[in-house]
Amino acid sequence: MSNLARGCLLGIEHLDRKDIFSILQLARRMNPSKPPPRLRGRRVLLLFYEPSTRTRSSFEVAAKALGAVTVLVQASGSSIEKGESLLDTGYTLRALGADVIVIRHPNAGAAMLLARHLDIPVVNAGDGMHEHPSQALLDAYTILRHKRTIDGLRVLIVGDIYHSRVARSACFLLSKLGARVTLCGPPEFVPDIASTLAPGIAVGRDLQEGLRGCDVVMLLRVQTERLAGEKIGLDQYIAGFQMTSGRLKWAKKDAILMHPGPIIRGLELTGEVADSPQSVIVEEVANGVPVRMAILARAVEKA
Amino acid sequence: MREHGFKADSLLIKGARVIDPLSRLDAEWDLLLREGRIAELAPKHRIRGAAEETFDARGLVLAPGFIDMHVHLREPGQSQKETIATGTAAAAAGGFTSVCCMPNTSPVIDSQEWVRWLQQPERGARVNVFPIAAATMQSQGEALTDFPALKRAGAVGISDDGRPLLDGKLMRQALQLSSRLKLTVIQHAEDTRMTVSGSMHEGATSFRLGLRGMPGAAESAMVERDVKLAHSSGGHLHIAHLSTADALSFVRRAKRAKARVTCEVTPHHFTLTDQDIGDYDTNCKMNPPLRSAADREAILAGLADGSIDAIATDHAPHAAQEKQMEFERAPFGVTGLETALGLAISELHGKHQVPLIRIVELFTLGPARVLKLNGRGTLVPGNQADLTIFDPKRRWTFEAAASLSKSRNTPFDGWRLTGRLAMTMVSGRIVHYAL
Repeated sequence: MSNLARGCLLGIEHLDRKDIFSILQLARRMNPSKPPPRLRGRRVLLLFYEPSTRTRSSFEVAAKALGAVTVLVQASGSSIEKGESLLDTGYTLRALGADVIVIRHPNAGAAMLLARHLDIPVVNAGDGMHEHPSQALLDAYTILRHKRTIDGLRVLIVGDIYHSRVARSACFLLSKLGARVTLCGPPEFVPDIASTLAPGIAVGRDLQEGLRGCDVVMLLRVQTERLAGEKIGLDQYIAGFQMTSGRLKWAKKDAILMHPGPIIRGLELTGEVADSPQSVIVEEVANGVPVRMAILARAVEKA
Repeated sequence: MREHGFKADSLLIKGARVIDPLSRLDAEWDLLLREGRIAELAPKHRIRGAAEETFDARGLVLAPGFIDMHVHLREPGQSQKETIATGTAAAAAGGFTSVCCMPNTSPVIDSQEWVRWLQQPERGARVNVFPIAAATMQSQGEALTDFPALKRAGAVGISDDGRPLLDGKLMRQALQLSSRLKLTVIQHAEDTRMTVSGSMHEGATSFRLGLRGMPGAAESAMVERDVKLAHSSGGHLHIAHLSTADALSFVRRAKRAKARVTCEVTPHHFTLTDQDIGDYDTNCKMNPPLRSAADREAILAGLADGSIDAIATDHAPHAAQEKQMEFERAPFGVTGLETALGLAISELHGKHQVPLIRIVELFTLGPARVLKLNGRGTLVPGNQADLTIFDPKRRWTFEAAASLSKSRNTPFDGWRLTGRLAMTMVSGRIVHYAL
């Protein structure tokens, strides 16, 4: 890690508690309606190899709020389509005067690769099945607006953990901050080995058991094409793991319900649950902006 | 390479610790070479013949020339990665006097013509090159190649390395032919249906890194099947780059049952584990992948107890830009010719007390027996003077930038190693000198 530019955010795994708290603290000082122009004149390059709505626009809004110029580079319609390597694309963006590169890429480790070869900070906006650190940070930010502390909280994450970068980052972060996390789903989505991710992580197969005494319920999107690939019936998944109002009652009364989006009503959760007072799904999206402002400000100011 | 002055027709190598696994010799003996062959081998000062020149080898080990039975020299077709000239220069620097090159080139070595082409002097080989020919046409796994013709052209083994022979019926036929022709069939044991889009060993590390895994069972299940086919056909099955504890247990069982089954392991598999991938180091990406610590322990035990027949490098050079890629997109393979000896002595002898004579056996007699390379791998008078001379105590640092290979994709750049090559001789000619 030593040869990386300061200010990189490549994953939660390499952060310590102090780093996490300092980003969250900085995020609390970021007011998107009265933003400090801390990135005035800076160029933030958004390099997106995968489609994205909320992460991309959230980073864009955050960067612009801080006064930065943003440039979006997408795989389609660029030299990437012509076979340019990730590193060559990175060198090109650096030569264009990028101060920060925010990258979303389908391969695990892509942000790390770029960061190793560039002297400017790289922010990981999701790399394959690996990590999605800004999502984990905004989730922590959201939890802390409802709970006094994360230390000792019981968190249940339900869904396709195996394919989920959101789940990996969430596990690293919640573990570092002292939460007890249970990962819940069928073995195809939640292999037993998932409990080795970090201390304090357990695997559970029963939703009712997992929800008992739970402070935070985090749902993940279920991609129907993956259900088919893993030979799990849709009906079977819904019967075992869909979050309904009735099931949410198994959790603590003041439990909050989270989802990184996009949600599919009628699949991993019912519409009723999504719109219930316990749901903080919309708030998460809003919290994404100050948290990403903090990530970008940290990136530029540390660099 | 520094040139050395021996030009004479006869040379006396004096005072070396001579290790010859076949005769279980491990003592300070002298050795006389004449006209490229071993003329005499005797206890100190007992050589009767005269020599024009003398080489004082006190403090050095003199062994039969090392044989690497599994390398990729990339010619024909991929000379941006390696050529026969550069690959065999690296082999000489690593102490290898013979290499067996795998047929997964472009085109695939599936005809007599290409087998002969590999052996032509125009290729500029510095050490002996023994071709291994493809098992199926273009290694497509559909129609067997002409084994007898390939053998006549000089092929010493048959393999679709890189692509396993999945079809059980074809594998059975190949092993039946092997039995008749006394030609070893080398299997890259991987049930590729279990490893689709995988880029590393399946386990806690792959889960943490978000990389799709290649389960150990993909190797062991294939070994289990092939061992059964070898037993019933009487053919000689050799498992390339064995990497899992389970697969090794199947090989052990087959050996006890007197089936003709042998196996090799690589230095990277006995040295590293999947955790060494760290933050997506593509120089730790190869196939089979680095396995778990338990698999590595099993391999170390197998090297010591004799269940493993050979150390082979699976030297697989790739150009820098091919490896400076997203981990999942980078090609499999690492170089290994120049680090094998140092790793074997450092890891096996230094850390795990494997005797030097056993290590020498794994580099010489072991592979010579697997491929029936008569006259190689031993120090019998009359044999070609293929010799490897090394200093087992010398500490040195391997620097990839100084490698004689065309490629630099090694996980061992900057490693401090014990055991350094001093001199490599092929048919009495010095092909590398590093004293």
